[in-house]
Amino acid sequence: MATIAKFQPHKMVKLTTYTLMLLGLAFVISLVFLSAVWSMTIGAADIDSSTVIDAVLHYDASIYDHLIIRLVRMPRVVSGMMVGASLAVAGGIMQGLTRNPLASPGILGVNAGAAFAVVLAVYLLGQVSLRAYMSYALLGAAVAGIIVYGLGSMGHGGMTPLKLTLAGAVFTAFVTSFTSALLISDQETLDQIRFWTAGSLAGRDWELVEFIAPILGGGMIGALVIARQITTISLGEDIARGLGQNTVLIRLIAACLVVFLAGGSVALAGPIAFVGLIAPHLARFVVGADYRWILPYSAALGALIITIGDTLARIIVKPEELPVGVMTALIGAPFFIYLARWKVR
Amino acid sequence: MMNVRHTSASPRIPWHTFRLGQFSFQTDRRVLPIMLLLILIAIVILIFSISYGAYNIAATDVARTIVGINTGDDYANHKFVVWTLRMPRILVAGMIGMALAVSGAVIQGITRNPLADPGILGVTSGASVTAVAAIVWYDVSSSFLPYTTFVGALVMTFLVYIFAWKGGTSSIRFVLVGIGLSAIANSIMTTMLVFGDIREVQQAYFWLAGSVSTRGWHHVRTIAVWLVVLLPLTLLSARQLNTLGLGDDVAKGLGVNVELQRVWLMFLSATLAAIAVAVAGTVGFIGLVVPHMSRRLVGPAYEGVLIISAILGAVLAILSDLIARAVLAPSELPLGIVTAIIGAPYFLYLLYRGGQR
Repeated sequence: MATIAKFQPHKMVKLTTYTLMLLGLAFVISLVFLSAVWSMTIGAADIDSSTVIDAVLHYDASIYDHLIIRLVRMPRVVSGMMVGASLAVAGGIMQGLTRNPLASPGILGVNAGAAFAVVLAVYLLGQVSLRAYMSYALLGAAVAGIIVYGLGSMGHGGMTPLKLTLAGAVFTAFVTSFTSALLISDQETLDQIRFWTAGSLAGRDWELVEFIAPILGGGMIGALVIARQITTISLGEDIARGLGQNTVLIRLIAACLVVFLAGGSVALAGPIAFVGLIAPHLARFVVGADYRWILPYSAALGALIITIGDTLARIIVKPEELPVGVMTALIGAPFFIYLARWKVR
Repeated sequence: MMNVRHTSASPRIPWHTFRLGQFSFQTDRRVLPIMLLLILIAIVILIFSISYGAYNIAATDVARTIVGINTGDDYANHKFVVWTLRMPRILVAGMIGMALAVSGAVIQGITRNPLADPGILGVTSGASVTAVAAIVWYDVSSSFLPYTTFVGALVMTFLVYIFAWKGGTSSIRFVLVGIGLSAIANSIMTTMLVFGDIREVQQAYFWLAGSVSTRGWHHVRTIAVWLVVLLPLTLLSARQLNTLGLGDDVAKGLGVNVELQRVWLMFLSATLAAIAVAVAGTVGFIGLVVPHMSRRLVGPAYEGVLIISAILGAVLAILSDLIARAVLAPSELPLGIVTAIIGAPYFLYLLYRGGQR
């Protein structure tokens, strides 16, 4: 009887924590939608928020503002949310997998590979459509991911986090030097590509979103499914093995998911830095060390950062726009420095 | 500290001790022969590098021209090509290689992180953002560019230090703050690269890839003055680097003023890297890879590592410059691209070796 009496309040507390977590997540997601609406009100012509909500919920093709929202602004905002969420989850997985708080999706060489593929394609083929950019970027990202994973698994002992990180850093530097060689030698390619290489959401339409959505969606679902295993692996190789986990398999699956998520993102929006690094830290700050919570929170926060970043990128230098990659770094870096000062002894 | 000295001075352990009055300097016995061998290699590569180009000169003629022996009818041409066109740029390459390698060795020692390179001090990003601003926004003349870049690099390092300071520094905090501030600098730079005039942007890209083409004697003199001052100072701090390498606590226990030594060494490392970046743009991998090579050659003690890194850095940079000129002749590749292409595979080899142990 006594044990039950002791046990019950504990269970109550646990339930409350769970509910709180869920409420928190709902809160962040509602912030994402609010900022999305805000984002859609801003553009060449400002449209008030009630019209925006109307256009999303009761679309009327005969109203001009509705057309703008549905065909121009909404796909852009949706792209941003998808990319932000994917990058954040990919970053979370990388940090858990490598047990390195500084790991980002770029560690797998995905961004460098995609950038090289796109630059090479533009260099060889000249004018290329956004759709084609996307295919080349995906291809480059996938190849890069495979190469880096292979290099990181080289030698005795298979893949270790340190080897993977080193291999990624070296691969990135190596490929980037080729990219810049191409850009230096050809002014036309440079002019066409420079906005893309900074990461941008400009001109993304439904066709592009539909092409990439299955890849990102699949990666996202996969990530949530293996979140529990990532928590275990983030405790250390020995503990994970001791708990009976097939660490080799989990690492491989996790790396594939990162290639899907980060590769799809770079294909859709170009290489956007910092979201993948920052969002998981923010999430961990709120929810602790459990990746079943870290990953969904990261996704919501990543979407929030990109949506706000992209809106600010369009406001600050109106009527021009900044690349969203620049804005995310400008928003994220001060916070990161604050974290480093505050948390690292 | 005394104990360490005593054991290392025992006859079974292979040390050379150099004494000059009050000063003494100990190095691994391997250092002297390897150093001489590397100097020889450096001279040979230097001569070959000078002999190669659009106007080929036989290596023997290059050697004669350098020491001032008449090479016959073409002597005037030889003198012009050797002394005015090729010698200065090759010396610049060698000296920035030297500066970067020593800078990298020092920063790897302070942070006790084998992956550290001068970039983590913020030198590279600080230099890059000022250089790009100077080229794209202000059309600063190329002769003034090195000075602005040098200042930018050091200001950035100073900022990183300030932000990382919290009643003391820690290597990890330093690295993290460096990453954050570099990200801000890079995003500012990206903005300029995206919106700038395309011709100037391309020029900026070329600067970013690192190059020593068209560098002349005044560049040589500028770097040489700095190196003559900074390299001996760094070498004198080798002992402190050895102690810092044992960890902050051990170093404090041995009576080292850790904070002071770290500031001093960071200042040396940042200044060395800043000179290199100011003159030649961002040249990667030398600062990362050469210290590792040196450690393999002469062991972990910093007296030897610093000396060998300096010479090996010069050799690698001159060799890279030669390749940069040769591959696509008559046009040339940026130096930074060649060092990455040479450095990356070596690093992977290190990775592979590390995995086998």
